[in-house]
Amino acid sequence: MASIQVNGTRYEVDAEAETPLLWVLRDTLGLTGTKYGCGIAQCGACTVLIDGQAVRSCQMPLDGVGTSEIRTIEAIEQDPIGHKVVEAWVAQEVPQCGYCQSGQVMAATALLRQTPKPSDADIRDAMTNLCRCGTYNRVAAAIHQAAG
Amino acid sequence: MLAKIGQSTALTIKPIEGIANLSRRGVLAGAASLVLGALLPAPPTRAQPVGPVKPGTRVPAFLVIGKDGSFKILSPFVEGGQGINTGMAQMIGEELDVDPARFAVECAPPGPDYAVINGLRMTGGSFSTRSSYMLMRRLGATARDLLMRAAATRLNVRPDSLATDDGQVVHAASGRRLAYGDLADDAMKLAPTEDVMLRDPATFRWLGKPVPRLDVRAKSTGKAIYAIDQKVEGMLYAAVQHAPHLGTEATAIANEAALKAMPGIHGVHRLPGAIAITANSWYRARKAAEAAEVAWSAPPANGFGAIAADYSSPRMLAALKASTAQAITAEKEGDAEAAFAKAAKVVEADYDAPYLAHGQLEPPSSIARFNADGSLELWLPNQMPELFQSVAAETAGLPQEKVILHSPMLGGFFGRHFVYGPGNPFQQAILLAKETGKPVKVLWSREEEFKRDALRPLSFSRFRGAIGADGKPTAIQVRTVGEGPLGRYFGVGANGGVDSSAVEGIVEKPYAIPNRAMEYVRFPHPVTIAFWRSVGHSMNDYFYEAFFDEMADAGKQDPFRLRMELLKDKPRHRQLLETVAAMSGGWKRGPYDAEGGKRARGVAMASPFGSETATIAEVSLDGAEIKVHDLWIAFDPGSIVNPAIVKSQVESAAALGLSATLFEELVYDGGLRQSHNFDDYPILSRASMPQVHVEIVESGAPMGGVGEPGLPGVPPAVVNAVAALTGRRIRSLPLSKAKFSS
Repeated sequence: MASIQVNGTRYEVDAEAETPLLWVLRDTLGLTGTKYGCGIAQCGACTVLIDGQAVRSCQMPLDGVGTSEIRTIEAIEQDPIGHKVVEAWVAQEVPQCGYCQSGQVMAATALLRQTPKPSDADIRDAMTNLCRCGTYNRVAAAIHQAAG
Repeated sequence: MLAKIGQSTALTIKPIEGIANLSRRGVLAGAASLVLGALLPAPPTRAQPVGPVKPGTRVPAFLVIGKDGSFKILSPFVEGGQGINTGMAQMIGEELDVDPARFAVECAPPGPDYAVINGLRMTGGSFSTRSSYMLMRRLGATARDLLMRAAATRLNVRPDSLATDDGQVVHAASGRRLAYGDLADDAMKLAPTEDVMLRDPATFRWLGKPVPRLDVRAKSTGKAIYAIDQKVEGMLYAAVQHAPHLGTEATAIANEAALKAMPGIHGVHRLPGAIAITANSWYRARKAAEAAEVAWSAPPANGFGAIAADYSSPRMLAALKASTAQAITAEKEGDAEAAFAKAAKVVEADYDAPYLAHGQLEPPSSIARFNADGSLELWLPNQMPELFQSVAAETAGLPQEKVILHSPMLGGFFGRHFVYGPGNPFQQAILLAKETGKPVKVLWSREEEFKRDALRPLSFSRFRGAIGADGKPTAIQVRTVGEGPLGRYFGVGANGGVDSSAVEGIVEKPYAIPNRAMEYVRFPHPVTIAFWRSVGHSMNDYFYEAFFDEMADAGKQDPFRLRMELLKDKPRHRQLLETVAAMSGGWKRGPYDAEGGKRARGVAMASPFGSETATIAEVSLDGAEIKVHDLWIAFDPGSIVNPAIVKSQVESAAALGLSATLFEELVYDGGLRQSHNFDDYPILSRASMPQVHVEIVESGAPMGGVGEPGLPGVPPAVVNAVAALTGRRIRSLPLSKAKFSS
């Protein structure tokens, strides 16, 4: 039995220690906004914030989380930067199929936490999440908009 | 319990003459072939009337007006990123007089009302908007008329004294207003008027305007629900391990007892071509499925749903090239042989393109539940509800009406979610639900998806061009050898005709080349082939438009000016070429000096799905790799519903086309797919994303498709730019196979 802190709530989780956080979030806690895309930390659809850092939860074992604070897309608007990111995403109409966008929003929020006014190069380096709909240019535009 | 997945849809299996080790193959011709024929120009359609219902006309089947002021559309189509939900709300809302922002839109259950594409229902072929534009406008207008007549009775006034205002009927003389929600019950009891008036397009508030997408907020906050997110009470999670070779079966599981002892495991199951584990969590099921030590039967010979141990992409390509089979004519004009005999110069080239995976980011899943009333309920990603329903009924041994089907939003599709025999998980879910007596959710890991995704076919065409003394092409001959998905799954060309999905992009090109001889040899693949965004155009426009530049070079012609000249009687195409040239600051081929080194440009045209495109690409060499800086695309779909969504779709299609141009190929070796996940099947990432500039030209031609047409011009524009820059003609994709030196 592990204890994790997600979106301000503490959960006791009955799962093996190596269970990826992704599956705990999705199947145990029912937080399905965090997506499974590849399972090998290539695509970024499963990105969550752990103590404010973007982490690909498909490769984060449950016992690696410890006492850290996990934030998922379900609570992103309660983060002031996350709120701005979501508004920019809506204004720029970034999503198409939308499947990767939870991860994109989380990664963008983490980037803006660390680098409030990112350059195009900063965005290129930080935003490595894949999007099969090719929304990359709109993602960048939305990040610039959120940065103000 | 080895029911045959895949073959259940093979209602007719016809022997086809192939060559070498691909001797006898089958054609899947499900019930849908009866109706898909209606989409195609020839032979004459065999569309069946769908019962007494005239699709697209019965208001209650499409529109639910709540007393609470809510508006729900039951759409014939499934939303998967293309923006059709918003488009439906625009088309119906404009005529109904309700702001599109007020609508909730969901994919309707199976039913004859929704067969709006010439008697067929699907989300594909870039058909959704163009097939339903007038139908849905008329439906909205019909509903508005019913509501006004109900209001007239209620208020005891003449209908022509009433107007509407965003969801209310207004009696101006008395100032009385009635909400649609209060009138809906009465209105739906009235007989619809046959010939309702449609709104004058000059007064459109929402149609043709960049109305905001309905789904962006839900998709930006994790609230959009896809098939993978669905859960039903008491369900088991299932993971599978597919046979490495298609067509083989599990003969033993050495560690079955140990698997059953793993935490949370419910059962170990045999499925056609796979083993499955059911468990109380998907991760536990997957761990056990991966740990299973399965012995598989020996790979059979290539055949229907079977891939031999020696099958490989290079061998398949070699077989396509070596085929001497008698071809059938796909297009013939003038006398090509005579033109070649007189040619000043003859150009010849072979072009090929690889198998491609869809790589939609949502891995496929399906939930199956047998209900107490004897019905089977399914939640699954699909582009064709009635076809899935009928195949599911067959798998479950139930009548079709006993299958309840939910079609959730798709996390990308690009052609992935048609019925592809062993390429879909829903039959596995049905078999497992039957075996366990519980609802079962099957989810394929990305690796299992790479094993069984249906693929854009590996393709090949051989070109010959005759150049006259004036440097202009006088004749073109093309021999296309391969197989398209319309032939495979819908029997198109099964009786010796041409499979349009194999030759589209090579035939019906607009250029005034007077002598043309295009021929086709049907050459079936053992691989599960697929529709893939823009289908035959995804490779054929690359082949043709790249070869066009080879002909231009051979005649010492500038490729842009030669296109203009050969389109001198095609004002629609000329306008697009002029537009794309202007967008890019005027045509220049290069190479020319630019920031960071030399650059060059290429141009290409395509006529996919009733629309027209002209594309220019600018490239440079970045070390040994091609870098694409900008794509300019002039796009003419005739007329449009939402310019913002159209632009997004063209950007998206361009990105996928570029991904295929630069990186993508799924290779077979030793009968096995050599890609397993996105680490060994690279797709376009931000680092390679160019600027994409889109300009929409509304020529007023009949409405064409939008979702796919942005793609086909991109590969040839890029390859033509590469040729201008490096002098090298790339006749085989992807570009990552070619080594360049700067």
